[in-house]
Amino acid sequence: MTKILAVDDSASMRQMVSFTLQGAGYEVVEACDGQDAFNKAKLGGVDLVLSDVNMPVMDGITLIKNLRTLPNYKFTPILMLTTESAADKKSEGKAAGATGWIVKPFNPDQLLNTIKKVLG
Amino acid sequence: MSIDLSQFHQVFFEESFEGLQVMESSLLELDCENVDSETINSIFRAAHSIKGSSSTFGFAEVAEFTHVLETLLDQVREGTRQLLPDHVDLLLQSVDCLRGMLTALQAQETVDTAQSSVLIQAFNDILEGRQPVTQSASTPDGTGSEQSVADASHSAEASDAHLDAAADTETITWHIRFVPDINLLRTGNEPLRMFRELAELGELEVQVDAGKVPDLALLHPEECHLIWDMHLTTIRPQSDIEEIFEWVVDDSDISISATAGVFSGGPAAIPETSVSDPVATSPVESAEATPATPLPAASTAGAGKAAKPQASKPAASAGSGKGSESTSIRVAIEKIDNLVNLVGELVITQSMLGQLGSEFDVSKLQKLQEGLAQLEHNTRELQESVMRIRMLPISFTFSRFPRMVRDLSKQLGKKIELKLLGEQTELDKTVMEKIGDPLVHLVRNALDHGLETPKDRRAAGKPETGTITLNAFHQGGNIIIEIIDDGKGLNREKILAKARNNGVIGENEVLSDEQIQELIFQPGFSTAEQVTDVSGRGVGMDVVRRNIQELNGSIEVKSIEGEGSTFTIRLPLTLAILDGQLIDVGRQTFIIPLVSIVESLQPDMSLINHVAGGCDVFRLRDEYIPIIKLWEIFGVEPRTNNLAESLLVVVEVGNAKVALVVDDLLGQQQVVIKSMETNYKKVDGISGATILGDGTVSLILDITDLIHMAGVHQQSKNGLKLVASKTRAA
Repeated sequence: MTKILAVDDSASMRQMVSFTLQGAGYEVVEACDGQDAFNKAKLGGVDLVLSDVNMPVMDGITLIKNLRTLPNYKFTPILMLTTESAADKKSEGKAAGATGWIVKPFNPDQLLNTIKKVLG
Repeated sequence: MSIDLSQFHQVFFEESFEGLQVMESSLLELDCENVDSETINSIFRAAHSIKGSSSTFGFAEVAEFTHVLETLLDQVREGTRQLLPDHVDLLLQSVDCLRGMLTALQAQETVDTAQSSVLIQAFNDILEGRQPVTQSASTPDGTGSEQSVADASHSAEASDAHLDAAADTETITWHIRFVPDINLLRTGNEPLRMFRELAELGELEVQVDAGKVPDLALLHPEECHLIWDMHLTTIRPQSDIEEIFEWVVDDSDISISATAGVFSGGPAAIPETSVSDPVATSPVESAEATPATPLPAASTAGAGKAAKPQASKPAASAGSGKGSESTSIRVAIEKIDNLVNLVGELVITQSMLGQLGSEFDVSKLQKLQEGLAQLEHNTRELQESVMRIRMLPISFTFSRFPRMVRDLSKQLGKKIELKLLGEQTELDKTVMEKIGDPLVHLVRNALDHGLETPKDRRAAGKPETGTITLNAFHQGGNIIIEIIDDGKGLNREKILAKARNNGVIGENEVLSDEQIQELIFQPGFSTAEQVTDVSGRGVGMDVVRRNIQELNGSIEVKSIEGEGSTFTIRLPLTLAILDGQLIDVGRQTFIIPLVSIVESLQPDMSLINHVAGGCDVFRLRDEYIPIIKLWEIFGVEPRTNNLAESLLVVVEVGNAKVALVVDDLLGQQQVVIKSMETNYKKVDGISGATILGDGTVSLILDITDLIHMAGVHQQSKNGLKLVASKTRAA
């Protein structure tokens, strides 16, 4: 099963993303901040990372930078969940190695469409 | 697929209230002169999170409001704006306003946006005042930046107007040249994905230009040196094509242009094959393409399966989501783990005893006793553990005070430092909810009446800043909460004068300091010279005491004039367990809450008088106390109806004392309270029942009820009047 790592410090967003993805048949691993995500990513088997940007402990940009240093995550798609007002975060994220972004607010259908496209 | 987002609302509300709490406490910590970056970051994050999730879950009012908050906070965080005390005030007001909005939304009421619009305007004024052009442009509707990115990617060849007109009607063949950034693959962007998406828009032909690929020896396999030329015949607008390249447009070189007429390079190949073609021409490229694993075919089947078990979830959580906060409790995972662990041990003990029972003979008595001791141990630990689940740190209640003290100290023009001690002390959730208001009352009183103005403090030789300390700790089976101020203390003379005025005490009566301090808990007793906005209206200390007594707790005050006052609240850790005194009346065993017992004694018949109206009174030192015969009230046959052979238990509720006549005093023990109402019906004079060690049911006396039933309505005033008249007579 395709495994997606969903990273967000907001429990409600995490629940919404997980529920949506699981409903579409993906396996979801949740993480509540960048550090948590990095630790879970290291366990391997993740096909796509979906990460919030503003988080305590380790933010999303740092997470992406760190993930790209891991051999297993050189080409793994990593999508940022970002708000429309944070345009500069998009370029910062791209520079860190993000594949792309999904703009908040998004609804479950938008999320699934984007993910389907990325995963092919 | 449609998903009911309301199932996530409860979590959203919980985390948003938590976020507001973080914002509030962090704002109170902020020093405008020297803004701590971690503190401002956590405030920003909280606002940002609320904005993100509120917009996702469709609470536009909240999202719009938090957006302006976030903008200001971001500027402070980035160091482009100096934080002013006014900003902190405004932010704190916003926290209150948001809390109100979220509460209304949670209760599914309509949200009043009057206050939030005023605040939004205030934020916009601040934001526009300093950075008028760039910030204000994107602030009000929040769509500015997104729009500009899209605009920038428009190619110059064709005008927007032309495209819009063409969008729905014309079939256009587009020429797309895609020169990717050399690091394209390192960001996880897969060209194949884009071709696949393009192919979905219409007929696509792709040609790869491998001219830039270096010699094999020099080639770095992670780099992308290929260039693609594509022709796409579609009726879809250019923006759809641009959207596919949205994530790579900034780094890569992409040109999109409309070619005249139908593409002349012969009939277009079948999209699928043309997509895989360009990749196949470059062996290196195809090897690199593998990391993007296609979705396995099985996942579609999996989707159906996975959806099923969750289908029941929305209904369940939507139902629970309607309840207010207090119906659910968050429990630390260690507590649950501990509980599971204990149940495990209980199961082991049970199976050990079971085995022992099946092959028992007297030689195994020792083992049986050991086993039973183990069972007792397990049970007690399990009981404590279960109780602990309902326990929350008192910081939940304490956390409201920093804000309150800040606001009130401004309002009253006093300098106040608030110290919170023992915040991690745990307390039953229900007790916690009910103690909140009395605590607020006491802290307000301390601020308003207790602490002096800076001027008065200086005159009294004290530091200008007054201190209020809230301290919580466990003592025995109780939690003690102290409210300590270093203010002027209770004014003996004022209290006495007031009491004489009200007729609570006689003209020449002499009272000890302790008795005088007790007077402030009398109904209608306020010595505040003027009723202020802050306190001294309506609710008095008598209500505070009554509320605390309803929780089986007590409150007392110790005050030294000129040095300050200490209010001490003693509360049971939980409402489910009670420290009880077992007593016998006839052949019945009753339980008196230990907290209400003043003393027990053998009556001296010479001190008992019969008062007109049928009530016996007992003279205890210089007080007359009504005697209540429990056997009469409950219709029990007593061992004796000679008072001289009975015992008196003096109990106190509010300021009323009565003496209960009992046949025997038994032990004291903790009892688990079982409700009478849920198991039988409300019985006058009885607050609940419990099961004793020998299996018999014992009733717990409701002292307040008993006092009413015995016709001792006079409560405190007359009680004290009796004292007064006696003293005068003596």
